[in-house]
Amino acid sequence: MSIKSVDERRLREVALTPDEYRAIVEQLKRAPNEVELGMLGVLWSEHCSYKSSRALLRRLPSTGQGVVQGPGENAGAVEIGEGWSVVFKIESHNHPSAIEPYQGAATGVGGIIRDVIAMGARPIALLDSLRFGPLPASARHVEGVVAGIGGYGNCIGIPTVGGEVYFEDCYASNPLVNAMCVGLVRTDQLMRARAEGAGNSLMLVGADTGRDGIHGASFASLELDEQSAQRRPAVQVGNPFLEKCLLEACMDLAHTDAVVAIQDLGAAGLTSAVAECAGRVEGAGARIDVGRVPRRERGMTPYDVMLSESQERMLVVVRRGREREVETIFQAWDLTSAVIGEVTGDGQLTVLDGEDQVARVPVRLLTDGVPMRRLIGLPPEPPYGLEVDALPPLADPGASLLRMLASPNLSSRRGIFRRYDHMVGDSTVVAPGGDAAMLRIKGTRLGIAVTTDCNARYCHLDPHLGAQLAVAEAARNIVATGARPLAVTDCLNFANPDRPEVYWELEEVVAGLAYACRALDLPVVSGNVSLYNDSNGTSAIYPTPVIGMVGVIDDYGKRLGAGLSAEGDFVLLIGSSHNDLGGSEYLKVEHGHVAGRPPALDLTREKAVLRLILSAAQSGYLHSAHDCAEGGMLVALAEACLLGGIGVRCPAIRPEPPLRLDAAFFGESPSRFIVSVPSRAMPEMQSLARRHNVELSLLGLAGGEVIEFEGQLKLSLAELRMAWDSMVIS
Amino acid sequence: MKFGVVVFPGTWSDRDCGWVIDQVLGQELVYLWHKDSDLKGCDCVILPGGFAYGDYLRTGAIARFAPIMEKVGEFADRGGLVWGICNGFQVLCEAGLLPGALIRNASLEFRCEWTHLLVERTDLAFTGQCTERDVLRVPIAHGEGSYFADPATLSGMEQRGQVVFRYCDAGGRVVPGANPNGSLHNIAGIVNSRGNVLGMMPHPERCAEAELGGTDGLKLFRSVAENAFKVLVS
Repeated sequence: MSIKSVDERRLREVALTPDEYRAIVEQLKRAPNEVELGMLGVLWSEHCSYKSSRALLRRLPSTGQGVVQGPGENAGAVEIGEGWSVVFKIESHNHPSAIEPYQGAATGVGGIIRDVIAMGARPIALLDSLRFGPLPASARHVEGVVAGIGGYGNCIGIPTVGGEVYFEDCYASNPLVNAMCVGLVRTDQLMRARAEGAGNSLMLVGADTGRDGIHGASFASLELDEQSAQRRPAVQVGNPFLEKCLLEACMDLAHTDAVVAIQDLGAAGLTSAVAECAGRVEGAGARIDVGRVPRRERGMTPYDVMLSESQERMLVVVRRGREREVETIFQAWDLTSAVIGEVTGDGQLTVLDGEDQVARVPVRLLTDGVPMRRLIGLPPEPPYGLEVDALPPLADPGASLLRMLASPNLSSRRGIFRRYDHMVGDSTVVAPGGDAAMLRIKGTRLGIAVTTDCNARYCHLDPHLGAQLAVAEAARNIVATGARPLAVTDCLNFANPDRPEVYWELEEVVAGLAYACRALDLPVVSGNVSLYNDSNGTSAIYPTPVIGMVGVIDDYGKRLGAGLSAEGDFVLLIGSSHNDLGGSEYLKVEHGHVAGRPPALDLTREKAVLRLILSAAQSGYLHSAHDCAEGGMLVALAEACLLGGIGVRCPAIRPEPPLRLDAAFFGESPSRFIVSVPSRAMPEMQSLARRHNVELSLLGLAGGEVIEFEGQLKLSLAELRMAWDSMVIS
Repeated sequence: MKFGVVVFPGTWSDRDCGWVIDQVLGQELVYLWHKDSDLKGCDCVILPGGFAYGDYLRTGAIARFAPIMEKVGEFADRGGLVWGICNGFQVLCEAGLLPGALIRNASLEFRCEWTHLLVERTDLAFTGQCTERDVLRVPIAHGEGSYFADPATLSGMEQRGQVVFRYCDAGGRVVPGANPNGSLHNIAGIVNSRGNVLGMMPHPERCAEAELGGTDGLKLFRSVAENAFKVLVS
């Protein structure tokens, strides 16, 4: 029973530490065999077990009004009214996408879709939050990832309606690919992946099992290095057509009562699916026979079968005696299904290969046995000072605006989202390109708004504040469409948490998220953590807590777009501006710095501004609303003009000291919107703003084909569009 | 008027077409499963968008062998209305019900965006509600929608007036800049010589309600429905 009984190299292969091995031996009261060691290795990987982050994640609020399913299931669910719930989750596929961009991204999309299907929901929207190193060096990654997302989403017929793309040096060898899926289900038909009822059958459905992706979860829990390219076989290959058939078959299944639960096979394959499903029911176990698993190739060992991450597979818990019914449904879609075992009441996961028992491990040991890692966080040196007064004054606002619009983080994403089918489903009522996208719920007047957001540069400069700003901005995206923010899913992308400064970032970010989510009444109902996003122990990513958010509007007829929509409208800036140049895009593009403190955020002010916009939208005072984010007021205004195809004429901006002119134009003070208001509604809008105690300033009048600030800048929409549309990937 | 919407494995515009027919237009709707060989008495068969059989091998190449396609072919031969949209157009070309082929977009990229279509035939069952040289705003969503035919076929089609829709600018000018995929002669949709089989790459079912950005697609669905009415009363 000593550590010496197992080869240390073998332990490294399954990514277990000697301490973890000792814990296994202690709890099993014997040494695990090869198969058991492999199963424990994947389930105890960071990717599956959250052993470094689980304690922190408990700090996030996960309950609240409307929450029908919080964390712990395949996805979270929130009720939106009229008996409907939205189901959603975001997940990372960073490591695979770094090695093999197309398949990595494609299978990331495929995996998150299956999570939503497992809840009995029909997937209705996809979003993708992407981070790359600077172009043109990152072109191979960008091209592959965008093509992979489109290749999967377009084929399966689920619209890709939103997301974000950022370019920063820190992602050069660690690109981030986070995929979010949103589904719709009748609340009373929501399914949970619980292996209830000893004696019920376990059926494996979909693709045959091959040798692909073995140890994928363990691979995702290591830093990338020179040998990573050799792990390409750990990246799976996607088949969206098969998943489309699987999706339709599962929707047909959900209408029968023959099925107890559906569980996706993702990271750690069959091992994880069976263990998780059983682990959700007190005392439940499972007995499966790998000999009955349909295989793609000969000569696979029980170890291979248990650890394979072959895509497009589902585990279905079927009421005993109803197997034939389920098989018939799958047959209609030409899908293979096989009974591979049954639910037991012994709390053990028993694996047979025909007559032989090849593994027997307590379910609890697999799902909860891993010793939590106690890591130490230490703040790094605060090197990021910025002397705002030392910055030269803004020389030519127009020239700056053109350079900003043409910069990689601000330019139009049309070149990317037009490669995604964002219309299939006949529900997209606010298309990508603005703040959040909106989908109508057919047969009702309800609409749901969806977005992802995170300014990781802010999180790098101040993780606690940066995380709050990410939540607030996502909420503004939702509110800009006229929808009410409901709930959050988060994808926490970090470097190696064994480094104290990285663990400190993780602690700070989680604390910031918890604080902002509580203040804005936004429960976190699902999420994912991706650690070890560094290469060769040096280049670490910015802490990147991507926020996926869903909101609801009771009547989508009252939705708002981001673009100006009528000549003669008053164009207003809502909220107040300060010298918020720290961490700004202006500072990076125009002065080449990433420095300073991110903008201060007052969540009480934020709430007041959000309430004002919602109330104005509800009352019909607004023709458009657009969040002021990266690039500040002027970039937001230019976007509103370009999206609407309408210019704006404004008097010169004369900021009151100490507000600087560059900060007035390009500062990134949060809690601000650009809105357009028809002249008849101006008095009401003004009094509404007073009642909410929110600053409102008139910028100018919509109309014409130029953006003009008298005597300060005058640019035609054509010139601006040329700059804005300048992003070239390859 | 009874519309039949064919469902292959991998089809995804079936439900969108069904929504427009059933919920927007209030016409009779039936889904036709690819393994069946019964058109269930439909007056118009729609082959909708998607990736039938994954579009493996070549778009539409496997779908043409589906049992339902034999019946669709016979129905077309009898003069029945057959309407292929996006993937359905690709299937009709592969099945030999329409001439030519759809190849990879000139950009080599998938494109999902709004286009303008010049309507060149208004005497068809599919376009009766359009005015002469009408310009419709209809979105596309495809990776392989570049229309190709050999020169002889193409000139024959042009002479017989088989081109129904051409990509154009908002003013109705057929210019290279309005062509989203490199289609020869800016071709977006064609009809067989008899006029009862239409194939088009753009998606009219995605613009049949104002909240989706336009209603021009509804004109085509209405045309078919009204046409049946005319046939009934005449």
